[in-house]
Amino acid sequence: MPLIKLVNITKRFGKITALNDINLSVENGEYICILGPTGAGKTTLLRIIAGLLELDEGEVYIEGQLVNDVPPEDRNTVYMFQQFALFPHMDVWQNVSYTPSIKDWDNDKINYVTSEILEMVRLAERRDAYPKELSGGMQQRVALARGIASGARILLLDEPFGALDARLRVNLRSQLRALVKSQKLTTIHVTHDQEEALMTADRVVVLRNGRIEQIGDPNQIYSKPRSIFIANFVGGANFIEGNVKKVDDEGSLIEFRDDFQLRVSTPSTNVGEKVVVTVRHEDTLIRTHPVIGSNNFSCHIESRIFIGDSMVYVLKLENGITKSSKGLLSDNYVIHNIGKQRIFSFQPGKCLIFSYPQTGLLQEIEAV
Amino acid sequence: MPNVELIKITKRYDNVVANDNINLAIKDGEYVSVIGPSGCGKTTLIKNIAGIIKPDSGDIFIDGKRVNDQPIEDRGIGYVFQNIALFPHMNIWDNVTYGPKVKGWSQKESTPLVKEMLDMIQLSTRVEAYPSELSGGMQQKTAVARALTSRAELLLLDEPLGALDVKVRAKLRYELRRLVKDLHLTALHVTHDQEEAMSISDRVIVMRKGKIVEIGTPFDLYIHPKNIFTANFVGEANFLEGTIAHILEEGSIVDLKNGLRLRVTIKNHKIDDHVVIVFRPEFGVIRDKDDNKTFNRLSGNVIEILYSGNIVRYKVKLVNNATIVFTISLSIQDPKLSVGDNLSIYVPPEHILTYPYPKGGLSKELSLE
Repeated sequence: MPLIKLVNITKRFGKITALNDINLSVENGEYICILGPTGAGKTTLLRIIAGLLELDEGEVYIEGQLVNDVPPEDRNTVYMFQQFALFPHMDVWQNVSYTPSIKDWDNDKINYVTSEILEMVRLAERRDAYPKELSGGMQQRVALARGIASGARILLLDEPFGALDARLRVNLRSQLRALVKSQKLTTIHVTHDQEEALMTADRVVVLRNGRIEQIGDPNQIYSKPRSIFIANFVGGANFIEGNVKKVDDEGSLIEFRDDFQLRVSTPSTNVGEKVVVTVRHEDTLIRTHPVIGSNNFSCHIESRIFIGDSMVYVLKLENGITKSSKGLLSDNYVIHNIGKQRIFSFQPGKCLIFSYPQTGLLQEIEAV
Repeated sequence: MPNVELIKITKRYDNVVANDNINLAIKDGEYVSVIGPSGCGKTTLIKNIAGIIKPDSGDIFIDGKRVNDQPIEDRGIGYVFQNIALFPHMNIWDNVTYGPKVKGWSQKESTPLVKEMLDMIQLSTRVEAYPSELSGGMQQKTAVARALTSRAELLLLDEPLGALDVKVRAKLRYELRRLVKDLHLTALHVTHDQEEAMSISDRVIVMRKGKIVEIGTPFDLYIHPKNIFTANFVGEANFLEGTIAHILEEGSIVDLKNGLRLRVTIKNHKIDDHVVIVFRPEFGVIRDKDDNKTFNRLSGNVIEILYSGNIVRYKVKLVNNATIVFTISLSIQDPKLSVGDNLSIYVPPEHILTYPYPKGGLSKELSLE
């Protein structure tokens, strides 16, 4: 039996359908990330599970029980959002022990649980500090500790690292996952950061315009995106518009601008169909010579951007289209200079093929 | 296209020194970012330059003129911050022309500039729209345009993309840089996002506890950071403690205990010096067991495997009990390792940095809080 089950959830705000027929089951102990752009309905979904919002249609089950009419405090959930909402006049200890104390535990048990949890979030030494004396990361850990101290088995986290430094987020997210896994808690974590979702979740739920576009483990979402939107939103990719020229045992031959051709190892397309081929920036190589068995295009280096561990190159193919290639510094430690003539190379097996979207390609990939 | 110079700027809040004797020179037309942990003083720095706060001591020069006593509106700056502050009851055109209007410029004078600005941010077709009808990214672009229509030449950006989705941020950051370069502006951009700073800046300032730790090009900060804090702050790295065991002609040998030794190229050390060696996770190379190159190998067991797209991240427990992280790109190689597998990694000496062991201890240097 799933711990949380959402059946045909719909929620409207005036004319806008924030959630449209959502079905989702979450197993006990699972770490789920809900990923999507602003306005996708992520927070609405989380607030419905928490009981902070009433839904228009559908059913929410927690531990097998229909909870549509159960108030938030009785749902075995704790809801945490970006602004940590600690009590400013209470020190760390008081903030964390506040929840158990209102539940009328005896003092020994409150003391034991509180010190255990502070140990767990590595804040035992700061038990007497007030929130304003702590860094953002520490405050977030206090909020997390307080959530765990409540005894709730389900953590609902709404952009829990949104207000923190990028570098600190990277550290905290792996600590958070380790912590909730060790406590066998079930977590639903809302984020717009695809890297955060891929690195922490057991399963990722991609939400778009109030609908679930795909559910899968991080590897499925990344390597087998169900739509152009997901390929772009999760990880990013090169998009090439073309027509299917031929379908054979080795896959498909696609013709794109100026009769250029590329091979995709997926055969399931119809000759003549207008398609979009995607290939990840990081699945492409820049070489001085063609790579056997790959798609190779002569290009010149237009620009390069150093983004930390990787270098991103923008390349212009001879038919005038612009594509990008990204690689870890160590792979591309040969740094290519702007203006150089090179080969842009990628394997047919790294390409995915999609039907050309009815509303146009831009609609699917534009970030605004 | 002004330059900016700060000389011995200090600013205190109660007993916290938010800016501690800061010296800084930004060149004409430069795009400079400021990064550092929360509370390091980066916002204080930009507010000092904007004139929103006054330093306790020190001098601020913009375009060669001392501006300490000049009010914000006379400093020739455009200031944009995270919370998009457009007038909700005005459409885009009125928002963007607000500055020129207040300054009493004629429409003939301001209209061409405003039009150019709206073209630059690709919002010319949306001049009638109200802020609430635009996406967050469009609103923030409007805020930038508004900051620039008063003919500001120095753009001060305090987390300008902070309120936006990762995907939108990644796109807008390049638009920001292009705008600054095309209009020949000088920009100072405060961000909590290292990747943002690295990808668009000519130079990056790393701050910590009110001081500038290091200034450099993104590449230099990543590849040749001058100190341990920078190495850690601008990207993931492995930090291992050791002592200098031998001095060689072309470098030194560092002893990491339990038989682990690494050759490094840095040689200004003495035997027995306590050091920290640093290398980035992506600079390791997997070696076959029977490979005869035995030097600079780190061996251990894989204790965790994480995938981020086509990057695999192995956590490896070495035979000296230290843990390192090692990443490779699956488009280059897929070693198909499992947790528990033994792994041997070659770390090229030229990619190992060596620092004296910090006096306050290593973990204090690596603290991001």
